[in-house]
Amino acid sequence: MKRAIAGSLESNDVLITVKESDSLNITVKSIVYDFFHREIEKVIRDTLAELGVDKIDVTCEDKGALDYTIKARLTVAVQRMEEQQ
Amino acid sequence: MRRSLLFIPGNNPAMLQNSDVFGSDAVIYDLEDAVSVTEKDAARVLVSQFLATTDNMPMEIVVRINGLDTDYYLKDIEAVVSDKIDTIMLPKAQVEDLNKLDKLLSAVEKQKKIKKHIGVLPIIELTASVLQINEIVRCPRVNGVLLGAEDLSSDLEVARTRQGNEILLPRMQIAYACAAHKIDAIDTPFTDTNDMDALKEDCKFVCNLGMNAKAAIHPNQIPTINSVFVPSDKLINWALRVEEAARRAAEKGLGVFSLDGKMVDKPVIMRAEKILEKARKYHLTDEEGGSL
Repeated sequence: MKRAIAGSLESNDVLITVKESDSLNITVKSIVYDFFHREIEKVIRDTLAELGVDKIDVTCEDKGALDYTIKARLTVAVQRMEEQQ
Repeated sequence: MRRSLLFIPGNNPAMLQNSDVFGSDAVIYDLEDAVSVTEKDAARVLVSQFLATTDNMPMEIVVRINGLDTDYYLKDIEAVVSDKIDTIMLPKAQVEDLNKLDKLLSAVEKQKKIKKHIGVLPIIELTASVLQINEIVRCPRVNGVLLGAEDLSSDLEVARTRQGNEILLPRMQIAYACAAHKIDAIDTPFTDTNDMDALKEDCKFVCNLGMNAKAAIHPNQIPTINSVFVPSDKLINWALRVEEAARRAAEKGLGVFSLDGKMVDKPVIMRAEKILEKARKYHLTDEEGGSL
């Protein structure tokens, strides 16, 4: 099974792990979960839509990342997974 | 006209999103040495996404791409070239590379319908580049030259020293070539981020050689650099007096006149004008243009 990661657990960053899947599953863990988990999940869904991906497992470990960082890390994780043989 | 340029690691979100608060005249989002080989893709996308969120940044935006001898530079250019950046910094630059980069940027600017003409800041960090400085400053888009002393010393196979004798020649060559073409001569970063006194001495030394800016690798270096690469109050006051005396002399039809017993002619007036241009740019004069 293809799997890839991008990002880090440093402050203001996010660690995104993606895995091949036959459905869309998003798990969000965040230091600001109570306030922002819906917004974080929306960024993930919007980014996946832009990338044309509708079936994937995404685990997001957020350390206070802004939207552009979540989008960038998810984009790279998906690219890295697709580049695997 | 710059005084300070701050390197920001391209794969560090915390540094990227705070990069406008440090007071440098330019920030350099770094995709090269500050990013490990395994993270080149991540840094490229992060900087690109960050730039997309920015608007009206108060400083010049520079991106250091990877060298034209790597597999990364084309993807770097494709990702970061946009209306949001002002300048591309090119490592290990030589004349051939700069001409190639000009063509690439022209193609990308046309393809993306970018309105601005993006500048280029070559880094002189090869001995071969030192020998080409006079040609490098004439290359298309070049709006300054940065000395990269660490790589240059390595190429020359000499140790870097605090005194810097090993880089005196390139510092002077860059200062003269840039002055002749009216672009910025930018000195190499000072690598000890804790020694502000030594940084200040280094800045004063290269300022007296004719260099007019310095790169920084830590935000705490910016106030020191900014304080050195501007005219002193004494110099500003002198320049203001020359400006006023020149205005009165011109009213009398005099091209040459005397101030404090010394002859003042066109070169002296031009020097005073340059001092005042810099002082006014950095708000070192009052609203009427006089000394603060």
